[in-house]
Amino acid sequence: MHSSDAKTARTMVEAVSVEAGKSSNATPRRRRAIKLDTGDLVLQAFSYLTVGLFAVFCLLPFVMMLSASLSSEAEIRRSGFGLFPKDFTLAAYQYIFNAPQQIIGSYVVTVVMTVTGTAIGLFVIAMTGYALNRKDFPFRDHVSFFIYFTTLFSAGLAPTFLWVARVLDLRGSYLAVFLQLLMTPWLIILMKNFMRTVPYEIVESGKVDGAGDFRIFAQLCLPMMKPALATIGLFLALSYWNEWYLSSLYLGSTVEFKPLQYHLYNLINTANALRNSVAGSNVSITDLPTNTLKMASAIVATGPILLLYPFVQRYFVSGIAIGAVKG
Amino acid sequence: MAHEDSPRRRKSLLRKVVDSRILLLMCAPAIVFFVVFNYAPLPGIWIAFTNFNYRDGIFGSPFVGFKNFEFLFKSGQLWMLTRNTILYNLAFIILGNILQIAIAIMLNEIRLKFFRKISQGVMFLPFFISAVLVGVIAFNLLNYDTGALNALIKQTGGDPIKIYSTAGLWPIIIIMVHLWQSTGYGSIVYFAAIMGIDKGLYEAAAIDGASAWQRIRHVTLPSLKPTFIILVLFSLGGIMHGNFGLFWNLVGNNAALFQTTDIIETSVYRMVLSQNNFTTSTAVGLYQSLFGFALVMIANGIVRRINKDYALF
Repeated sequence: MHSSDAKTARTMVEAVSVEAGKSSNATPRRRRAIKLDTGDLVLQAFSYLTVGLFAVFCLLPFVMMLSASLSSEAEIRRSGFGLFPKDFTLAAYQYIFNAPQQIIGSYVVTVVMTVTGTAIGLFVIAMTGYALNRKDFPFRDHVSFFIYFTTLFSAGLAPTFLWVARVLDLRGSYLAVFLQLLMTPWLIILMKNFMRTVPYEIVESGKVDGAGDFRIFAQLCLPMMKPALATIGLFLALSYWNEWYLSSLYLGSTVEFKPLQYHLYNLINTANALRNSVAGSNVSITDLPTNTLKMASAIVATGPILLLYPFVQRYFVSGIAIGAVKG
Repeated sequence: MAHEDSPRRRKSLLRKVVDSRILLLMCAPAIVFFVVFNYAPLPGIWIAFTNFNYRDGIFGSPFVGFKNFEFLFKSGQLWMLTRNTILYNLAFIILGNILQIAIAIMLNEIRLKFFRKISQGVMFLPFFISAVLVGVIAFNLLNYDTGALNALIKQTGGDPIKIYSTAGLWPIIIIMVHLWQSTGYGSIVYFAAIMGIDKGLYEAAAIDGASAWQRIRHVTLPSLKPTFIILVLFSLGGIMHGNFGLFWNLVGNNAALFQTTDIIETSVYRMVLSQNNFTTSTAVGLYQSLFGFALVMIANGIVRRINKDYALF
């Protein structure tokens, strides 16, 4: 998550829970009844059309990318990218899968980071969110502010970079990327707000039964938090999967296998990276299907997200909506 | 955030720590995380007042006072970066919120559930992809030789445009890409707010004979106003912070476009990574942090006056 998102963090969750009752002073002025049905119909038709068109506008670039990856390089060089595959061929994908070491290595790095990072991060965030939501925790305001303050004022890129790269000596280490993505203030606050949906009586009943604070959290609260865990876990997984920025700062070209999106970043931006990715350096850059290869690499690097998307997006939508409304 | 009731407050600090040790321990990993990655680098801000070199380190390098800032102000660079960052964010906030509200209202009008679900899902999709992929998509659409836009222009008999060297086009491009990527996500919040509106209000409006437009104008929009005001105020608080990934992957090191596209984040990134310039970049970062901090405080103060519950602190 970008830092500016954190600013709206609590807002998004809390501002939305606006009681509709407040607007009751704005009851509609009495007007002569215009033909109600026609107005409704026009509005509906307009809504279907606009929303439909905007959805197409959102989808189109993906279709064009896929089409481009399935086109022949010669045809693309002649007539440019378009909406449909031109002179259909799998040549670009063959190039990638002829020498798949790079892309497989990147996949392994990204998948391992995403799975372990999401698991560990989610656990720590849930634990913190739980503690910060406990009304009987005397330091909740202090700890909350300690975490929140990092979104208000930061050292900035240069001092942070020097600290992590030189003092912590994490330059060239996957840890520089892995650790820094574990949590954000925004996700902790979101989790804390989700935790409010767990009735406090649960905690009290646990206490009466003699359970410790950690056991109340792990055995009573966590099972009730599945929607929150799904939503926040997905946010975490997404930030690991899409990571390229920290890699560009701390990994550069020091590691053999770059995280997937950073690998793609290099393919797009440097001709040599594209050449090295498909074969030995003896292939001339002019012989490479550079345009279609870039598109095919993008599809390969994004594929799992696009395939999983239909199944996970409802957790995002419902999660955000639940967090927003009940916040 | 209410203070603890009086019997509790009389407890000694040590007692409190001992009593809540488990909860404190549960917070410990997060606290350590923010200490290591957010608080520990703070003393490094000192670099902004020095002529930093590796050999002497942060606190051994010669002290130069406000020289680094003076240079930034006099060269006009700081003004350009601030202007670009703020203007882009203003455009994002204004156009973004209008579009998000419009889409949310229209989604609410759509009765076919499957149509709504699918279009909502599709509009949300661009939010899921990495900034790198946004760069790939822009390349697909905009590059001179093979870009889809120029292909279309050529087909219709026009002359292709060198988009990647025409600075004037980029504000439009960047705003379009931003709206493409964030509208679906943003409209969810407004859509949730619309779902929360008391249905009785609409029934009352219908009985009063309100038209579809009047229903939106006099029920939906007023109900969304608090959400809108607070979201906008907090976005304004963050107006000094740009979306680095978007700008970098669309423009990157393309100096021909900097006049209209360079924001604080991209400039600092370039200074650190390709120029090893730690003094100027720290100075710009500190300027941004302080300015940004002041803006958040002001925004929060205003929100507090409107409704205390929505204030951040």
